[in-house]
Amino acid sequence: MPELVITVARFGFLILLWIFVFTVVGVIRRDLFAGARSGRLVAAPRAVGASTGQPQAKPAKVKRGRAAHQLVVTAGQLAGTRITLGEAQITIGRAEDSTLVITDDYASARHARLVPRDGQWFVEDLGSTNGTYLDRAKVTGPTPVPLGVPIRIGRTSLELRP
Amino acid sequence: MTAAAAPAASPATTGEQPGVRLARSRRNAELSLLLLALVIVAAYGATVEATVLGTVTPDFWVPTAVLAGVFLALHVVIRFLAPFADPALLPAVALLNGIGVGFLRRLDLARAAPADRETLAIFAGNGGRQFAWTLASVVLAAGLLALMRDHRSISRYAYTLGLAGIVLVMIPAVLPAKYSEIYGAKLWIRVGGFSIQPGEFAKLALLVFFAYYLVRKREVLSLASHRFLGIDFPRGRDLGPVLAVWVLSVLVLVFEKDLGTSLLYFGMFVVTLYIATERVSWLLIGLILFFGGAYLAYVLGDVVGGPFANFHLRAQIWLDPFADPYQDGYQLVQGLLALGSGGLFGAGPGGGEPLEIPEVQNDFIFAGIGEEIGLFGLSALLVIYLLIVERGLRAALAVRDSFGKLLAGGLAFTLGLQVFVIVGGISKLIPLTGQTTPFLSAGGSSLMANWLLIAVLLRVSDAARRPVTSGGGPAARAGGGPPEQLHGAPTEVIRP
Repeated sequence: MPELVITVARFGFLILLWIFVFTVVGVIRRDLFAGARSGRLVAAPRAVGASTGQPQAKPAKVKRGRAAHQLVVTAGQLAGTRITLGEAQITIGRAEDSTLVITDDYASARHARLVPRDGQWFVEDLGSTNGTYLDRAKVTGPTPVPLGVPIRIGRTSLELRP
Repeated sequence: MTAAAAPAASPATTGEQPGVRLARSRRNAELSLLLLALVIVAAYGATVEATVLGTVTPDFWVPTAVLAGVFLALHVVIRFLAPFADPALLPAVALLNGIGVGFLRRLDLARAAPADRETLAIFAGNGGRQFAWTLASVVLAAGLLALMRDHRSISRYAYTLGLAGIVLVMIPAVLPAKYSEIYGAKLWIRVGGFSIQPGEFAKLALLVFFAYYLVRKREVLSLASHRFLGIDFPRGRDLGPVLAVWVLSVLVLVFEKDLGTSLLYFGMFVVTLYIATERVSWLLIGLILFFGGAYLAYVLGDVVGGPFANFHLRAQIWLDPFADPYQDGYQLVQGLLALGSGGLFGAGPGGGEPLEIPEVQNDFIFAGIGEEIGLFGLSALLVIYLLIVERGLRAALAVRDSFGKLLAGGLAFTLGLQVFVIVGGISKLIPLTGQTTPFLSAGGSSLMANWLLIAVLLRVSDAARRPVTSGGGPAARAGGGPPEQLHGAPTEVIRP
């Protein structure tokens, strides 16, 4: 076998190896950057995005910019978590079936819930042990939540964002 | 090179809309990647024959065709049983396995007398045995995918598997050396001409147990703590399980004389603990315990000898392999020379002298391959390992239940750690220990265990990437998870 052919095969093989590597990276590229861009906990965004696919289109009727589109955890163990808001209510607590499961010593199993009504979100305490606070005030009945005002549950703080 | 890669990647990436990408199973991407991997394996085989024999035999494609059949069959199985599994895992593993088989055949060619080389049977020798093992492993992996339709179902057998794991670890330690010792390390069960490395399977069993145990205990381990030097340290009584695993791994080190396996078990546990609790303190405690233990063993080996002597010797070789290059340090020195003579681009597949290295088909396969494909090729192989680990961690991040997160994260990390331990040993970064290189080394136990590991990762990634079809969420559909949700909202289990 001529020397030239072997040399070509040698380097061709190495190049093929790297082509394979880059092809794999190409296939998984979207995954690699999707997480970095959104900055959310990875478990959350996908399912939320998938399940709120249509609801997100509908509330577009509501005045854009004013309506809350995201619930962001600003303090506590889950800080940085975002949930895209749809039309469904959000339950918060330590119970596994809550929409937002928070691992917080001071939270009850079913602590509070956020309910949308005519484009406005209301927070409601579900009889928690340590209470739910909207900014500094304790929540007693369904209370409208303005954008950017912290809802405090134990050590966790949540905010609505546009 | 990226430009060359783009056309191959395009069938997988075109025509996707952001909103629906999750519904895509990406099985076709997997198929095209797998075909590319098989082309590379065929090219490797042809280059080896051209270099060693001076000609390419007419049936050089047969080994690749057999592998292609096996892997494509697994691909079809995945299509039916885990349609949303990660598309990169199977092709990457298939490529490594194929190159491993190809290199073992290349060793067989080098061992045969020059006159017999052209007629050397394809399914003979180490390469042939590795073929059989690959076939068996892939069948096992497919079987595991078929049996385990939901990764959470194995958590039911967690305690059984934990016990089985410990027993498997202990067997070689208590067996007489005649049945368990090869080159100073007691890691095998040798019956007749067969040798099994039970530790490879114990790894998987123990990890299932760790994941299950930590899901149960994570709250107390991560919440109860006191702060010291800005780091949250756990309470003394919560250290129990960590110390138990530490003792286990030190016993492995002492009685099985194997630093690698010991490091593997301990690292596996500490990292699962870290994933479960997000406490950096566990990593610190783990590192301090491990290095303390290893240093103690080293010192004891010098002073007391006995069971610690082997480790002391290995550390000595690591510190100065050239002190005794023809006796104790021979293997490591030959490996380093092979890597050095390989240089940047290597001698070409088939162009090196791998038989100069003792045990080149097992522990030192990376040095043997490295001599022929050079740093350029070796780094490609390492990146492929990295991608496999990355896909595993990705599955861990994306899957919604804690057990799956811990399981996939732990498995992916274990695979990465094993590659680190053996490649680090060969390249004299850490003391050399007899680990197999996953998917490359000759040896059925390692190959089987690692294929099973990949099957579990495929299963978890399938669960992670499967789109949510109903409001019930995957937890409710798969059963066994949290109860049916009470409210209309889709359940979002978000935990650190």
